[in-house]
This record gives sequence, C-alpha cells and structure tokens, in this order.
Amino acid sequence: MMDKYTFLQKIGIYSSLALFILFMLLPFVEMFIASLRPLTHLFSRPDVPVGETMTFMDFMSRFYSDKMSFQAYRDMWVTVPQLPRYIFNSVFLSTAVTFFSMCFIVPAAYAYARFDFRGKTISLTLFLAVNMFSGAVLLIPLYKLLRVYGLLNTYWAMIIPGVAFLIPTGIWLLKSFLEKIPYELEEAAFVDGASRLYTLRRVILPLAVPGLIVVGVAMFIGAYAQQFLFAITFNQDRDYMPLPAGIFEFIGYQDVLWNEMMAASLVGILPVLLIFLFMQKHLIAGLTSGAVKE
Amino acid sequence: MSSLIQMLKPKTKAQTTTLFAWALIAPAALVMFWIVVWPLYETFRLSFTNSNLGTLMGGAEYIGWENYEKAIGGRKFPSIVTRTFYWMFLSVGLKIVLGLIGASLLASNIRARGVFRALVMPPWIVPIAIGCFGWLWLYNGHFGLISNFIEMVGITDGPFSFLAYKQSAFYSAVVTDVWIGTPMVTLFFLAAIQGVPRDLYEAAYVDGASRWYRFRRITLPQIMPTIVSMALLSAIWTFNSFEIIWILTEGGPRGGTTTLIIDTFKTAIFSYKFGAGATRAVLVVLILGVFSLIYLTVLDKLNKRYGYSGVQK
Repeated sequence: MMDKYTFLQKIGIYSSLALFILFMLLPFVEMFIASLRPLTHLFSRPDVPVGETMTFMDFMSRFYSDKMSFQAYRDMWVTVPQLPRYIFNSVFLSTAVTFFSMCFIVPAAYAYARFDFRGKTISLTLFLAVNMFSGAVLLIPLYKLLRVYGLLNTYWAMIIPGVAFLIPTGIWLLKSFLEKIPYELEEAAFVDGASRLYTLRRVILPLAVPGLIVVGVAMFIGAYAQQFLFAITFNQDRDYMPLPAGIFEFIGYQDVLWNEMMAASLVGILPVLLIFLFMQKHLIAGLTSGAVKE
Repeated sequence: MSSLIQMLKPKTKAQTTTLFAWALIAPAALVMFWIVVWPLYETFRLSFTNSNLGTLMGGAEYIGWENYEKAIGGRKFPSIVTRTFYWMFLSVGLKIVLGLIGASLLASNIRARGVFRALVMPPWIVPIAIGCFGWLWLYNGHFGLISNFIEMVGITDGPFSFLAYKQSAFYSAVVTDVWIGTPMVTLFFLAAIQGVPRDLYEAAYVDGASRWYRFRRITLPQIMPTIVSMALLSAIWTFNSFEIIWILTEGGPRGGTTTLIIDTFKTAIFSYKFGAGATRAVLVVLILGVFSLIYLTVLDKLNKRYGYSGVQK
C-alpha cells in the first residue's frame, strides 16, 4: 500500500529524523556533558601541537575525562547559596501566574465558547492582537505603573505582567476545549431551574476538567519560560529572582563556572521537563486542536 | 441615575446573554486594559517627551517630534531596521522550511512516532533563557563544541569565537532563534498534515502520483492556511524576540545583532532615556502593524486571483 516504504526510503526517513532531533537536543546533551567535566578539563582545548591539525581523537577527547563526576551538582549550592531560593521562586512564580491567569481565563473562555453576543468577534480579535506586543515594547510604562503601586522588587512585579501576557492565548485554547462540551447538558440544567452560575459551576466545570488541566499546564510552562525579561527589569532583589535571571548573573562572574552553570540550568528545567513528560500526549493534542478543522 | 439603570436593564433574552457574557469577560478585559492598553497609550505619550530617570514620575516636557526626528534620522537607524527585517525573514523562512521537513518526517508511517515527536519538543518547553545558556557554551571560541568541530573537520585553522564577529554573531543568533522556534511550527504543521483527508492521498496514489507529487499537490495546498497563519505569528514573535539576542550578545559586537527591540531596550532601560526609548517602541508597533496589514492584503489579493487557500476564516 501507499504507506509502505522501501528499505532505502526507511533509511532516509530515520536518518533525517535523527539529524533533526540531533539539532533539537544537541544543546542539552552538550550542557549535560559540560556539567560533568571538571573546570580544568572544560578549559583545556584539545591539545593540538603547533602546525598540526586537530584529529578526530583530539576532538573526542573533549567529551571525556577520567575525572568526570557529579561534583558540579554539589558545588553549585555552595557557589550560589541562593540557588534553592531561585528554583523555589521559579516554581512559585509560575504557579502563581497559572493560578491568577486561570481565574481570568475560565469565565472569559466560557463566555466565548457558549454565547453569541454583541462585540464577540471584535473583542476576541482584540484579545489576540495583544500577541503582537512583546513585553519589551511596554517596559517603560509598566515600570512606572509598578513603581506607582510600590510593586517593584516584589513577586508581583513578575506575576502581574506574566498573567496579562498569558491571558489571550489561554482564552483561545480553553475556548476550543469548551466548545466540545455538548450544549444539551446545559439546557437540561436550565430546564431543571438551575441558574447560569450554578450551571457553570456544577455542570460545565466538572466536564471541562481535562481541558482545564491541559490549559493550566500550558500556562505553567509558558509562565516558566517567560521568566527573564520582567525579572531582569522589574526586580533587583535576589530573594525574588527566578532561576534564569539568577543564572544569568553567573555570566557576570570573573570566571564563568560553566560546569556549575550548566548543572544549575539542567536542575532548573527539571520541573517543566517532568510535567511535559507526563502530559505530553494531552498537551500536544490540546495545543494543536485549533490547527485542525473538524 | 434610576433612568440609567432602567436603560441598562436587559429587556430581551439576547440582551441578558450579552450582559452576562460581558460580565464573564470583564475581569480579563480589565487586566488587559490595565497592563497592555493603558501602557500602550502611555508609551505613545512618552514618545513625545524627554522623560528620563529624573522625570519618569512627572515633570517631563513635551518636545514634539524631536525624538522621532532623532530616532529616524539617526545614523544607525536604517541599518537597524534592515537588520531587523533580515533577521525576521531569514529566521522565519528557516523555521517554516525546517518545520515542514520535520512535520513530514514525523507524519510518515514509522515506528515510535510518538517518541520522536516528544523528542522534538524540549527547545520549546524549556525556558528560552536556559536554552540560550546552552548555546552560549556551544558557541564558545576556545572550548565550544562547534568551534572544536569545525576545526577538526578542517573548516578553520584554529579556534573561532562565533559571538565575537558581527557576521558570525548574527547568524549564530539566527540559528538559536530557529532552534527555539522550530518545534512549535513543526507541531502545528504535523497536526495540520494529520488533518488532511486520507482519501485525497489514496485517490492520487491509485492514479500513480509519486510521493513528492502528492506532497506538492495535496499536502502543501491543504495545510496552506496553517502555514500562512504560522508564518505571520512567527514573524511577529521573531521581530519582537528579545531574550535570545540579549543573552547571546547583548546586541553586540559593535551593534552587529542590534534589532529594533534590542535598540528599544538599550535606549530605555540601559540609558534611562525613557522618551527616546518609547519612540522606538512606538516605531516597533507601527512597523509591525504595517507589515501585518501588507501581509494580509497581499494574501487576500492572491486568494482572489488564484483561489488559493489563505488565512483560516
């Protein structure tokens, strides 16, 4: 049949896929190897005598040293005493952003999924148009705004803009989930005399749980990924710094401790990677549902 | 007052629905107004002032179009705009091409498709900043993997610091941007490809159409709406992309990677010239707006002329 491949085609597909995935994963692999290598090995170029070219074996020697260890994963807590705090901040900020953004997303997405009303299309378009503005464009007034409310150098300085920039995408995603819940269920509740709010709470929400989880996880990952720009502009206090901003300070050190920096980075992405691993099937299906016409 | 309440009171069922719907949307809309719309207006206002660190909270003077004259008339401005567009077109083009290749590969009928699909995702899932730290090490001149590799292969004689020269720093940043943006594009293209009705392929297969022909004549036209909308979205994000360039080069060396967004950030946050920074921010919004408008208009024209599928309705 048409889905069968010849042996050569198979080799072609697998090797191209391997190349593609190598490109996607290379930085992580190299980060991991770097985190295992002691600094002296990290900062030794493969020995090439003057006048000779680097050989394959010289090149390979950069990947291995007999002193490789997980030492960097122990030392980094000493070099950067605030590291646990950074990781906590990252997780805490993402959780808070997810919580608050969901509070705004759920009612709005419900309204867009269920009702026909005046100004529906135009307001939805306006929400999505927000995607056109990056945070960088609005930094100055946001800085002023946060300063007026005395929120600079607090968690709020990163939570508030984080929430705002996730709301449009969240509404869009959740809307497509809610549209799949049959309307008859609501009508039945109405006939039984339930109020709109009661219906939303007792009939729709329980049915929407899978969608809510997917959107919530997407928001968490999004919030985790965003923690840089707002963190370096609105917050100078190390106590509230999320991990990416904290690690960025590493680079300012006299000698960059690459192995510890990479170790800290890898530990820092563990939370999102784990969540992604468990959720990836639902997540991918949920995120792309808008791309497919039914 | 009572007449106002009387006026707002819903009279028909449709009005009740509208009122209820807006009540549900209001909280989200208010947040957006507070954090996006008002700051946008404020940026616009600031762009006509000489606001700086001392006068941020008030007291800045209106100086008319001076900021705009200085920004647009600036010696570096044309090259920054050209660079920004080059950065956008190159990066988005590569993302679309790589995304198409990746999606086609992942859509093929092979074993362990799910595993491969999951392995493509990490650059998108992981915080952008942390991915960039990895690339920073990869691009390292003396000890980085890529420098060592090209020396071993014989492309260079010695170590090469990718981020130290204007040209190479620019293309290095493009590669990193493509790396971060490709997974999402791939994923959406994959979903679109899987949504193409199978009987189209079967009919073509029966008629003896080759794989390449089927891709060109069935897959591509069918997923064109997704390609077109992803390209626009991706273009906007790439145009606005800040973290990648900032972490890799901070816009250097000698301005070689300074795009409009980086220039905005440098002027506003690093030099505390809030008025001049706001002017650049307004220019970013205007340029992007005009670009999107042209894109959509041209698309519409093409649709009408060729009946090709365009943006999803």
